Amino acid sequence: MNPQPANSLTALSAPEHNHDVIVIQVRDIHKIYQLGETQVHALRGVTLEIRHGEFVAIMGASGSGKSTFMNILGCLDKPSSGQYLLEGTDVSLLDKKQLAGIRNRKIGFVFQGFNLLARTTALENTELPTLYARIDKEERRRRAVEALKMVGLEDRMDHFPSQLSGGQQQRVAIARALVNRPSILLADEPTGNLDSRTSVEVMEIFQSLNDKGLTVILVTHEHDIAQFTKRSIVFRDGKIRRDEPIPHRARAAEVLKAMPSIEED
Amino acid sequence: MELLATLRIAFRALARNKMRSVLTMLGIIIGVGAVIAMVGIGQGADQTMQRQIANLGSNMLFVSSGSVNRGGIRLGWGATKTLVRDDVTAMLKECPAVVAAAPGTQTTAQVVYGNDNWGTRITGTTPEYFDIRTWAFQGGASFTQDDVTNAANVAVIGETVRKNLFAATDPVGKTIRIGNLPFMVVGVLVAKGQSPAMNEDQDDTIIVPLTTLQKKITGQTWLRFVMVSARSRSASYAAQQQIEGLLRDRHRIREGQDNDFTVRNLADLADLASEASKVMTALLGSIAGVSLLVGGIGIMNIMLVSVTERTREIGIRLAVGATEGEVQRQFLIEAVVMSLIGGAVGIVVGVGASLLIAATAGWPILVSSSAITGAAAIAMAIGIFFGYYPAQKAARLDPIEALRYE
Repeated sequence: MNPQPANSLTALSAPEHNHDVIVIQVRDIHKIYQLGETQVHALRGVTLEIRHGEFVAIMGASGSGKSTFMNILGCLDKPSSGQYLLEGTDVSLLDKKQLAGIRNRKIGFVFQGFNLLARTTALENTELPTLYARIDKEERRRRAVEALKMVGLEDRMDHFPSQLSGGQQQRVAIARALVNRPSILLADEPTGNLDSRTSVEVMEIFQSLNDKGLTVILVTHEHDIAQFTKRSIVFRDGKIRRDEPIPHRARAAEVLKAMPSIEED
Repeated sequence: MELLATLRIAFRALARNKMRSVLTMLGIIIGVGAVIAMVGIGQGADQTMQRQIANLGSNMLFVSSGSVNRGGIRLGWGATKTLVRDDVTAMLKECPAVVAAAPGTQTTAQVVYGNDNWGTRITGTTPEYFDIRTWAFQGGASFTQDDVTNAANVAVIGETVRKNLFAATDPVGKTIRIGNLPFMVVGVLVAKGQSPAMNEDQDDTIIVPLTTLQKKITGQTWLRFVMVSARSRSASYAAQQQIEGLLRDRHRIREGQDNDFTVRNLADLADLASEASKVMTALLGSIAGVSLLVGGIGIMNIMLVSVTERTREIGIRLAVGATEGEVQRQFLIEAVVMSLIGGAVGIVVGVGASLLIAATAGWPILVSSSAITGAAAIAMAIGIFFGYYPAQKAARLDPIEALRYE
């Protein structure tokens, strides 16, 4: 396995992006759940390629299969049939332990509900993935601080989640997703629990990370949010219905300037 | 994940629910404490009994005349007149497992010193008696072999006799009267206390040369007992067989006929006592062990609750790359930390309780290091055993389901 992926954080600062490298290659993926007697066909043949440096919005109504697809991309679930190559590695051939390693090193997760550990500081929350990555203590701390700086929370490192606003909590979650320098960032409805201004702030972070070369894939059902990405993929009934570039991409930084400022507590 | 980080997480998780953790540990604390105290009581009793038996004499066998069946009438201890000094000489010569033997006979008499008098047991024997019984002198010394040969009027007195006749004066060199005969006190024995075997005050005695007693007081030529010392504790069984064989032979007892003597083996007695106290220790220990088991079940219960409560945390950890093994280890270590802390406190409580019982009830209590290390090992084993299932349950969670858990 490549110990230093091409788009690690160190590469983020480098200006040149290699847009020809395929990060995710999905071929004819099916997913069938067995719910008692009935079979639920969640995915019915999905084929897709995502290249390095892309910013993709996966959209669709609930039950369209987009969450199932995200779980498979995130190596939390395995397809019933079909092939999924992550940076050329066939993930369906890996065992549970190897999948945990992939989740740890190659994938950064951001969830709708933030999923931070309560009564654990922002810094320690950010550090969490490094605990499972065989990194020594000083390096762990250094990386966590670096990741928190990237999301602009270096002055809130010792705060507990309960002392942070929703937007700040989501930024801690993004820092946690970045700390092991993953190949892709997966965000499942990252703005679902946030007000509109904070949502745009979070999208600004994603955009700036993407500008630095990070591949970002997010699931959303809000068209406004999808406008900040570069490509939208719409799921319906377990299949891809539409896959098209976003014609006039909105810049979150500009949208923020135009928005009336809301008092934050 | 390294052990130190895992331990830190475990301590933090336990600190988060202090009351609950303490109550769970209490089960282990009580269990371990009870095991240590109970085993301590049992071992203390065993040690006391062994010491009392060893106090009777070293590898001692006790041959007594008597208990003979004459036409249906069974006469008691000392009823026969067949045990004589020649038997003792033969024993020493022909029984290889015997290293020393002291012939003896006994009577009771009134003893007078000055204005005081005291009724006590008079034992006539040879100087070997003191060695066989490992009986030391607090003053003076034993009478000699010459005293035995010459039937000298010398006496060694026990502590109880000294207390009753002499109080503050030094008895050595003083003359006492046994019956009408004057005896010079040559030695005073140290106190030996109550005999566990015969249930009598061993110190309430006066010991004189065998011949003196036989010729000048009782007028009998036979012996009532022989104290025998075997080569070693293990040789005492061989000595018993050899003596029985020899005496049957010498007393011309035919096959099938009862012995006209009895050989009691103190090793036998010690084994019996030790067996009894081992049973008692095992009984007490296993009763206490039940509470330890209950404590273990408490740990399992709390760990199961904890796994359910922290389903989301487990989901997060799995999502960011913890392996099943790492999650399992984290919960297992939490259970072990809890049981080990409980075990450590339990050891302190157990030792404390032992000391308290020893001080208040006056029981001899022996807290051995093996009981302590054993308790610690059991506590650890309980943590692993009862923590295993909840930890496995945590590790087997589906991360997707776990993340959705409210």
